[in-house]
Amino acid sequence: MSTNDEQDNLTPDENTNLSTEAKTAVSIQVSNNSKTVKKLLLVVVAMFGFGFALVPLYDVFCDITGLNGKTNGTAVAYTATGIDKSRLIKVQFITRNAQGIPWKFEPVINEITVHPGEMKLVSFYAKNNAAHDIIGQAVPSVSPGLAANYFHKIECFCFTQQPLKAAEEVEMTLQFYIDLELPEDINTLTLSYTLYDITEKSS
Amino acid sequence: MTTDVIAQDSHDEHHDDSHEHGKMTGIKRWLYTTNHKDIGTLYLWFAFIMFLTGGAMAMVIRAELFQPGLQLVEPDFFNQLTTVHGLIMVFGAIMPAFTGFANWMIPMMIGAPDMALPRMNNWSFWILPFAFAILLSSFFMESGAPNFGWTFYAPLSTTYSNGSTAFFVFAVHIMGISSIMGAINIVVTIMNLRAPGMTYMKMPLFVWTFFITAYLLIAVMPVLAGVVTMLLTDTYFGTSFFDAAGGGDPVMFQHIFWFFGHPEVYIMILPAFGIVSTTIPAFSRKRLFGYSSMVYATSSIALLSFIVWAHHMFTTGMPLFGELFFMYCTMLIAVPTGVKVFNWVATMWRGSLSFETPMLFSIAFVILFTIGGFSGLMLAMTPVDFQYHDTYFVVAHFHYVLVTGSLFSIYAGAYFWLPKWTGHMYNDTLSKWHFWCSLISVNLLFFPMHFLGLAGMPRRIPDYALQFADFNKWVSIGGFAFGLSQLIFLAVVIKCIRGGEKAPAKPWDGAIGLEWTVASPAPYHTFSTPPPQKDIDNADQHEH
Repeated sequence: MSTNDEQDNLTPDENTNLSTEAKTAVSIQVSNNSKTVKKLLLVVVAMFGFGFALVPLYDVFCDITGLNGKTNGTAVAYTATGIDKSRLIKVQFITRNAQGIPWKFEPVINEITVHPGEMKLVSFYAKNNAAHDIIGQAVPSVSPGLAANYFHKIECFCFTQQPLKAAEEVEMTLQFYIDLELPEDINTLTLSYTLYDITEKSS
Repeated sequence: MTTDVIAQDSHDEHHDDSHEHGKMTGIKRWLYTTNHKDIGTLYLWFAFIMFLTGGAMAMVIRAELFQPGLQLVEPDFFNQLTTVHGLIMVFGAIMPAFTGFANWMIPMMIGAPDMALPRMNNWSFWILPFAFAILLSSFFMESGAPNFGWTFYAPLSTTYSNGSTAFFVFAVHIMGISSIMGAINIVVTIMNLRAPGMTYMKMPLFVWTFFITAYLLIAVMPVLAGVVTMLLTDTYFGTSFFDAAGGGDPVMFQHIFWFFGHPEVYIMILPAFGIVSTTIPAFSRKRLFGYSSMVYATSSIALLSFIVWAHHMFTTGMPLFGELFFMYCTMLIAVPTGVKVFNWVATMWRGSLSFETPMLFSIAFVILFTIGGFSGLMLAMTPVDFQYHDTYFVVAHFHYVLVTGSLFSIYAGAYFWLPKWTGHMYNDTLSKWHFWCSLISVNLLFFPMHFLGLAGMPRRIPDYALQFADFNKWVSIGGFAFGLSQLIFLAVVIKCIRGGEKAPAKPWDGAIGLEWTVASPAPYHTFSTPPPQKDIDNADQHEH
């Protein structure tokens, strides 16, 4: 694009017929044009970068606001200052296999009740029904989305990949507690795991 | 190399005085041209050919939907048709048509000899046919054409792609580069090549709307390029921008896409505002009512367009605050848009109206675009959007704003400036046939879609429940009639190019603007010397 800068504002045959003053005017014009073009190209490049910058910005935004039902991706320590016996929260577990992963994957118990601040340990069962080794990755999501920031995982199988040999089975644990600050209007939480086959990506 | 050829060729032509100065002959004239009028013509013809191509796809879609059940095409091919129909109409028909108008008219309206960057202008046009050749070639591949909708949501376009994603992405990249180059050219031309005395607030509103649109293009087309690049790497290079398995998020695709997508809809309507703001005063024999408020309204719409994108995504499970924010911002756009509609009506108020074909299309634009705006307001309301989302109500809405909005304004502009472009008056009777056939059929085509949508008929489905059969039959009949009516326009244009009543320099007595101070057809080079201040003052759209 930058090769267009010079002498582009007049067709060549016109250019040859111009007087000296007119040529000076043309060259001022040309330098004005290339200045504007450079500024605009800078905007283009910046906006292309902005498109990609939206990716980390999106994650940061969701982290801060707790939108989108994303739970903490690494283990946190237990920091609750007590147990709120006055509230009882229902936590439901659901699992789902993404297309193409032949595992049996389900929660050992489907639902528990828990007081805010109380630590709980639950397990999930997985078995590789395929005749070959598969590496799985479970991706969690909490509904309602705003509750995600109040759902703290001390330990979760979703923090790491799960390699299972053919026909191997495993019981995987999840240890969590619910924040004392959980908004009053939330009494039921659903934690959903989607299991993906990431054998190709991780090899 | 191109430079040498042009220089040599134009040198040769000094011996041949029968040719117009600087014009080459045959196909070379069009391949090598740096003349804004030639390039404008190329853009307009390209847009019309693409319009007929996308229209032919719409005809197949409507034929399939003529009655319930699957008759003509496979569902997968149906999806390919809806996808490519959308892409072609947006990127191949409406946008290039407006760029064609910009090329033809902006230099003449601001008293400039040409666009500021003529050689880049040639490039930005000539890469377009390649973009669409790539896109359309995918129909003949084993995979078939893109079938994931023109909005190409991940994971439909990544994990579940039929293999056409690469063709699609490269085609969009080229279209984007073309649009960005075109937009840069428009901005540089308007900023640097205005005739002395042509201040910003003396520019015709037409020029203002293209100026603002060009800025929108420069701001959002790179974001589109970014998002399709992410699709490409997600599909073929193992990245996980939109793949939850690798830590990505498919909903983020929709955020980035609509961050481009919403300004895009204003890219397709702001130039339409500019065209009817030219034609309505001309046939009302009055100055435009509220010129300055029009400029500010256009700018406000452009700015607001950046903070409303998530109204396309109300059903993705946003928190209440987000829904309210995007709902209110969206409804806020109705204010500057209302200012514009008010100003057009106020321009006509107590004017000496006459109803030449450009005026008929302009009045139809004002009424029907407003209907599209109202259904847009309905869609903006979060609670009811849950009912309307992904139904034919949405299809009705955006076809009212894009067909009876953008397209009708393009027709208004085309009829208005055809005498200037060709030097001949168009055939009035045929043009009236074109208008009335289009007006009746377009409403038969799109109005019942509102009812279908409210009753729950989903979009992008080749079959439907029996209770939708009657309306769909009428919609299809309207569709065929509308499609055929556009061939009348083709006939009008061809007749007009080949002959007809000789057009004077200013065929419309109420028209103002520098373009009417030059002969019809416009000479190959205009305003090699800037126009006199008197002409610039006469072209001022402000009320006196």
